[in-house]
Amino acid sequence: MSENVKKQNLSDTPHLGGREEESGGGGIGIITYGAGNIFSLTAALERLGIAYGMITNEADFKLYDRYIIPGVGHAGAAMHKLEKTGLVPKIKALNKPTLGICVGMQLLTSYSEEGNSDLLNIIPVKTLKFANNTSFKVPHTGWNRVYPEKENKLFENIPNGSHFYFVHSYFIEYNPVYILSSTTYINKFSASIWLDNFYGVQFHPEKSGTYGETLLINFSKI
Amino acid sequence: MTCETHNMLAKRIIPCLDVKGGRTVKGVNFIDLRDAGDPVELAWNYSRQGADELVFLDITATVERRKTMVELVKAVARQINIPFTIGGGINEIADADALLNAGADKISINSAAVRNPALIDELAKAFGVQFVVIAVDTRAIAGKNIVHLNGGRIATEKETLDWILEAESRGAGEILLTSMDHDGTKAGFDNTFLKLVNDAVNIPVIASGGAGSVQHFVDVFEKSNVDAALAASVFHYGEILIPDLKKILRQNNIEVREI
Repeated sequence: MSENVKKQNLSDTPHLGGREEESGGGGIGIITYGAGNIFSLTAALERLGIAYGMITNEADFKLYDRYIIPGVGHAGAAMHKLEKTGLVPKIKALNKPTLGICVGMQLLTSYSEEGNSDLLNIIPVKTLKFANNTSFKVPHTGWNRVYPEKENKLFENIPNGSHFYFVHSYFIEYNPVYILSSTTYINKFSASIWLDNFYGVQFHPEKSGTYGETLLINFSKI
Repeated sequence: MTCETHNMLAKRIIPCLDVKGGRTVKGVNFIDLRDAGDPVELAWNYSRQGADELVFLDITATVERRKTMVELVKAVARQINIPFTIGGGINEIADADALLNAGADKISINSAAVRNPALIDELAKAFGVQFVVIAVDTRAIAGKNIVHLNGGRIATEKETLDWILEAESRGAGEILLTSMDHDGTKAGFDNTFLKLVNDAVNIPVIASGGAGSVQHFVDVFEKSNVDAALAASVFHYGEILIPDLKKILRQNNIEVREI
């Protein structure tokens, strides 16, 4: 998949930075640490004309104005892989918009019951396992309704209660301080969280139809 | 506010596309398609209509199969903004790995899992349960549901519910259950057996085989409570349009995704 990996069309994208002292030209840097396949994410960004590139070391961060932390699989294993890159102190100190997707979102939290793992603790909430419940299947798989609870550009032009695509067995606890949008499955949980420049979404925007694409476009302009 | 106990997870509608050598094989009569044999254009059209997910079944029977499947998956992943599953002749971890890297969300395994059940464990361990769909073709023989191979032609010794429970315990993330007795009849899904299976497992079940009318979709969700319903010809021939289907489902208080 080498043809997808280093695609940058920075010149095609209007300059959107300016708020940061160091502008990276408007593109999104995808933090690469070996946790899952990102073909669909990069394909979505290409379809939407959003410039992006891969971040594999500390020097790459300054090339971009916003960041995505992807991730699928086991949160504890993902954290272990992220630690091995040596990028954790840099990630915790980021002050440009940063979006964690699925397990990438869970990494932003303090702790996961998956493998009793300590995580980045950028947003002080916990990632918990769905309780056994005979009427609800786990993983939570499919399209569920997302209800924004705060005014934020990330959900601009996305109607209240729109469906997004989820696949997960662990959820981030509902906390009114850090909630951005909520979904209910077995219990009410954080479909997305937000603190300062850090955002996380439990669903997969790259697989969530046109509203998912709208969310990615919104993030590219935050 | 949402009710805490009501399950708001949408029931999924899944068109299935048969592909051979990179081309769709069943006839399609969408009037606005430039190339009805192009699986990517067809898939894009379905996603625009509101399909929640797609299944591609590659029936290419040549040594080139893996290559053509990978090319298909890449082309679909580049263009389509909903999840999709690829199935057909996946026999080993290397096949699955190539398809994952090409952008497939899930793979569907049928006869390879029956022949070698440990493949399910290996795939779930390597890629996660959410990647592993076990497709099961079932046919009733003397009152028992028996797993069949080769499109229902070859009976195995496995009872279908036993096999599905074994597949779940080995790491199947989802079951695609096709009733060969109902497939092609357009007389409705096998709601009784689907309910039995759906009640017995804690993973999503996709109903397949027998869709002929909108009411059949209403029935399968109301009577068996499966998570998704799959069909091919009723969608390909334009007999059921997905927006109309979803409208009726919604009128019957069945939760479906709005686009």
